[in-house]
Amino acid sequence: MSDTSHGFGRVLVAVYAVFALAASARSIVQLLTKAGDAPFAYSLSAVAGVIYVVATLALARGWRQLALITISIELFGVVVTGLLSVFDDSLFPDQTVWSGFGEGYGFVPLVLPLIGLWWLRRSRSIGAGQT
Amino acid sequence: MTDTVAYGLAIAALIAALFAGWHTLTERPFGNSLFYVIGVLEVALVALLVGGIAALSMTSRDVDGVLFVSYLVTVVVIPPAAVLWGIAEKSRWGTGVVVVAMLTVAVLCVRLLDIWKGTHV
Repeated sequence: MSDTSHGFGRVLVAVYAVFALAASARSIVQLLTKAGDAPFAYSLSAVAGVIYVVATLALARGWRQLALITISIELFGVVVTGLLSVFDDSLFPDQTVWSGFGEGYGFVPLVLPLIGLWWLRRSRSIGAGQT
Repeated sequence: MTDTVAYGLAIAALIAALFAGWHTLTERPFGNSLFYVIGVLEVALVALLVGGIAALSMTSRDVDGVLFVSYLVTVVVIPPAAVLWGIAEKSRWGTGVVVVAMLTVAVLCVRLLDIWKGTHV
């Protein structure tokens, strides 16, 4: 078992799993039913979905390096997408998880990577199975 | 699929989330009462799945059927998955997983209503 999926990490993995499901299922529906409407937004949804799936697996399995990489991409993605959607909303005729800094999802997508990075640091310093 | 059903289930899920959250904060282990609360909610969600599919086959509304049924199924699967995965965690955060699951169920119930009414994005 891994140290990143115990204690508080258990809850974190659960939230990541919800977002992995939400983002990837949404993008699959979007790409299958109306791919031509907003290709950029829907491709981004798909990328976000993959990132969440990999981050969930990495946290659940305790693959720290992969978790660090995917969570960093996630943070970068939500900030850049958030800025882009504010300055040029023509790029986003339809919603993605990350547009408007994740406002469609209660801004959880913006907060989640910060908590993820904090947890990666903290779970290293306290060792396995604590708190 | 009516407002009463959707919001009623969402509120029930929120109550379950609060109850689970109280367990988390007070470091109570996953007990029988929490199990029963989730069990009752799960029975209601299975009824929603059956009723939702029946309503879908009879309605003249233009509902996105695939999306609607996939939400119904997801909402039924989440609670048992959360309980199994939460019980495996022996620290206080085991019930924290249940909090996340119940909040998700509440959100999905409201989204189901949007899909039913055709007001979703």
